[in-house]
Amino acid sequence: MIANYGYKDGSGEFFISIDTDKCNGCGDCVPVCPPRLLELAADEYDPLSEKTVAAVREEERKKIKYTCAPCKPASGRGPLPCMAACAPGAINHSW
Amino acid sequence: MAELQEYWRWTEYTWRHPEMDWRQGKRIAAGIDVGSVSSQALILVDGEIFAFSNLRTGSNSPDSANNAIKAALKDTGMEIKDLQYTVGTGYGRVNVPFANRAITEIACHARGANFMAGPKVRTVLDMGGQDCKAIHCDERGKVTNFLMNDKCAAGTGRGMEVMADLLSIPIKDIGDLSFQVDEEPQPVSSTCVVFAKSEALGLMRSGWSKNMVLAAYCSAMAHRVSLLLGRIGVEDQFFITGGIAKNPGIVKRLEQELGIQAVKSQHDSQIAGALGAGLFADTLLQKGAQ
Amino acid sequence: MIKAGIDVGAKTIKVVLMEDGKIRAKAKVLSGFDQEESAKEALEQALKEAGLSREAIGSIVTTGNGRKAISYASGDVTEPRAAALGAVFLYPSVRTVIDIGAEESRAIKCDSSGKVLDFAVNEKCAAGSGAFTEAMARALEVPLEEMGPLSLKATQSIPMNAQCAVFAESEVISLIHSKTQKADIARAVHDGLSSRVVAMVRRVGLDPELVLIGGVAHNPGFVESFKRTVGIDDVRTAEEPEFVSAIGAALAVGK
Repeated sequence: MIANYGYKDGSGEFFISIDTDKCNGCGDCVPVCPPRLLELAADEYDPLSEKTVAAVREEERKKIKYTCAPCKPASGRGPLPCMAACAPGAINHSW
Repeated sequence: MAELQEYWRWTEYTWRHPEMDWRQGKRIAAGIDVGSVSSQALILVDGEIFAFSNLRTGSNSPDSANNAIKAALKDTGMEIKDLQYTVGTGYGRVNVPFANRAITEIACHARGANFMAGPKVRTVLDMGGQDCKAIHCDERGKVTNFLMNDKCAAGTGRGMEVMADLLSIPIKDIGDLSFQVDEEPQPVSSTCVVFAKSEALGLMRSGWSKNMVLAAYCSAMAHRVSLLLGRIGVEDQFFITGGIAKNPGIVKRLEQELGIQAVKSQHDSQIAGALGAGLFADTLLQKGAQ
Repeated sequence: MIKAGIDVGAKTIKVVLMEDGKIRAKAKVLSGFDQEESAKEALEQALKEAGLSREAIGSIVTTGNGRKAISYASGDVTEPRAAALGAVFLYPSVRTVIDIGAEESRAIKCDSSGKVLDFAVNEKCAAGSGAFTEAMARALEVPLEEMGPLSLKATQSIPMNAQCAVFAESEVISLIHSKTQKADIARAVHDGLSSRVVAMVRRVGLDPELVLIGGVAHNPGFVESFKRTVGIDDVRTAEEPEFVSAIGAALAVGK
């Protein structure tokens, strides 16, 4: 299951996608994110399962473009820490 | 602000199964969906819809949930204590005081859509009062992909309300009026509702009729929603739930742009969330939940 | 030779007349529905103030959202360029220019000559610019120019969930219904806007040698909130912030 957290507004589409089939619940992505956007929680979108997966914290989903800004400078952008930390490659950014 | 309410006015209502005797039922499950604009309560007896209500959400979530369930139960002889398991969902899902569990609206809408339109549904679009959701599900109504936009008013009921208010047109008439034009105008260029509103004023000043402005706005919103859907793709069969499903101004233009017709259902498009929640409650009852 | 700079903004049109590196006159009018007409009016106002006739103008350079709409311009420059040139002219040590306008906000990194090195924009979304404060002022039923002073009277900080001007309006109304003090709501409004502006600034890097320009820099509530959000007490605000880009446009000739 692919969970796309974020939004689209007049200025663009800003989504962090987490593939919960690939996510193994290791939690390596959680501490490397400077504003701590990510957390480990029970998969809310499969209410009958018990799997723990990564998710974007609910209170952050509406301002993801702003919170992710420090990792996405206007120029000279490097690899994103959350994606680099994810061994199974479950995390993706749309911008 | 009182004028805004006027253009939002739609009928609140309840429905009851004409023949079902709930006392013969083994499992009584309920789903409550408290949305930002409307709330629904739905009761299933042995997995079949027994009754539901559709009301305006008040300023207080627990009150809205209580009002919705009371309206659904009215004159049935059933009371809240007869509900064996209740699942709450929606914008204020955590505020359903009598719910046994809360489940995300995404999961509930997928499950509800599966019941309403059948196991062939793969893509569900829900356009609610303050959000827009695109969901992929499998034949059992289980979520396989989703995205939700509740940050930006464009493409939500609230966005339509702003335009209805600007043009002083009742929201239920927007769809039909938007087609009463000589030819389909260019869509408004701004996706931002605030900027689209200024743009609409400018257009009217330069001679555009209200219907033309509506058409341009519906066109822009439909386009925006189609792009949002495009991010996860539209797979046959396609189903639309929520309040905006009742607005042909958006639905027809969207279908045209996507090149796919949405399947229809005999059920009211606004009950998908509560229905899905009720179905989860029913499954949990079958699994022996208390 | 008089160089004219016209900043054709979304809400207002600013004109600056420069001669030998000095400002001769300034004028500002509402953009209205006909930008070209309003620009002409602004130009005439500025000429009158300087006691000059149209023939005295050697060049007219435009900037801003309507910069291409002025048929009598001799040229136009982008907003980042105009903002950087104007800011560095007024404050030579500045290296980051933060321009908060009615419909867009931008952060520009520049060098000592006003050359743009990098920039980031908040555009096409009312929540990232002055349009946000304006919409909230209507919801609070407070004149726009009083929003700032009102917010300075706040006694507590309340978070604002909505990141959209339309949803924020509903949120403001709920807050009013739940008897929250208007001053506290006003502060929340400014905190929301400044958090979005600061996030944008971080994309070019926050340099203490910065200046706030654009109409919203006039708003003391915004400036206070900005200071709180970046954690810098001493934040430079241009004296007449809405004219800085017009100055930059005027200076752009021959560069």
